[in-house]
Amino acid sequence: MTTAREAGLVACRRCGQVEVISAPHCQRCGSALQSRDERSLQKVWAWLIAGMIVYIPANLYPMLITRSLGHTSDSTIFGGVVELVELGSYDIAFVVFFASVVIPIGKFIAIIYLAISVQRRSILNMHQRHKLYEVIEFIGRWSMIDVFVVAILSALVQLDSIATINPGIAAVSFALSVLFTMLAAQSFDPRLIWDASRNTE
Amino acid sequence: MSLPPLEDLVACSQCDTLHNAMTLSEGETAACRQCGTPLMTSRSSALARVLSLALTSVVLMIAAISFPFLDLDVQGRQSGTSVIGAVLAFQSSWGFPLAIAVAGFIIILPLTRLIALIYAIGPLTRGAKPRRYARQAFALAERLRPWSMVEIFMVGVTVALIKVAGLATVTIGPAFWAFAALVVITVLKDQLICRYSIWEELDTARA
Repeated sequence: MTTAREAGLVACRRCGQVEVISAPHCQRCGSALQSRDERSLQKVWAWLIAGMIVYIPANLYPMLITRSLGHTSDSTIFGGVVELVELGSYDIAFVVFFASVVIPIGKFIAIIYLAISVQRRSILNMHQRHKLYEVIEFIGRWSMIDVFVVAILSALVQLDSIATINPGIAAVSFALSVLFTMLAAQSFDPRLIWDASRNTE
Repeated sequence: MSLPPLEDLVACSQCDTLHNAMTLSEGETAACRQCGTPLMTSRSSALARVLSLALTSVVLMIAAISFPFLDLDVQGRQSGTSVIGAVLAFQSSWGFPLAIAVAGFIIILPLTRLIALIYAIGPLTRGAKPRRYARQAFALAERLRPWSMVEIFMVGVTVALIKVAGLATVTIGPAFWAFAALVVITVLKDQLICRYSIWEELDTARA
């Protein structure tokens, strides 16, 4: 199967229009055209590393600060999950654990794997890797669940002396971590996966 | 190798494989032969439906913002919040950027996306010429897609409700239902949008 590049053409990733390879802009939607995003991997690594760095304080510092009848308690991301298990809501605990721990860490690993695999031979074939890319692009945003939980709880529970809930600094770093890794996934040019396998064939 | 005219070609955005564009009959979808990414669906009457769903979403969004969202009652003491309240919850010193992020993800970006979409495809459904900057507006709507997080917010609300359920009596306000409906409508609308055919229509309508 011919690629647009082999035919001397370039595809607009936004609208699907095909232009000659020298065209700088898409005639239809005006977006900048690039046959391959040459700096894709640089951007991916930069966003990914930023995302991993802010994920550390997100786990160490409190996400929620609860003040109830005079005493204060902090809960971290993981502490929040444990709390839900103690309340007996196993399914919800699982959702939060999945969104705040499994997805972010899985995403770090998957993006690292994809970025490395386009430069070397890979065990997974290109279809599997493309699937992996689609999954991380789709699922990354769902990590925001915990940030919204913090937002709602701290807006809702403001009962002066009885109980107040306030956000902790981890909420900010966690939100940033999700943001950065979403940008990392978006910077990845999936056409590189297919090029790598075409070259080894 | 001789190539057909450029308008008749479609390249896959994911793997760059080149295809000949086909005329699809109603309900058909064309996918990339190499990687299976959907390339185009039949350019149909879907536009009118997308537009009506987008307009519905705007109305629901306004309702979701203005009505009470959740109310809390603990031993006679009450506390409640609207969607705006959830946004403004981060008043403490470093919470400010978070307030902006939450406002952006659940109100500003979704609304911008809806308005841009309505602006871009509104005239097309009447068979009229597209407005000035219709392309830019549609491009913006597409770009904002992953950043509009109403459905994720609703899951967050569910988790929060379970966390406070043992602590207090929670009353669900009309804005909660407006938001829930908004999530369903957004999913339906996004499934109906075919990027390729809308770009085609913006193109043919111009010529």
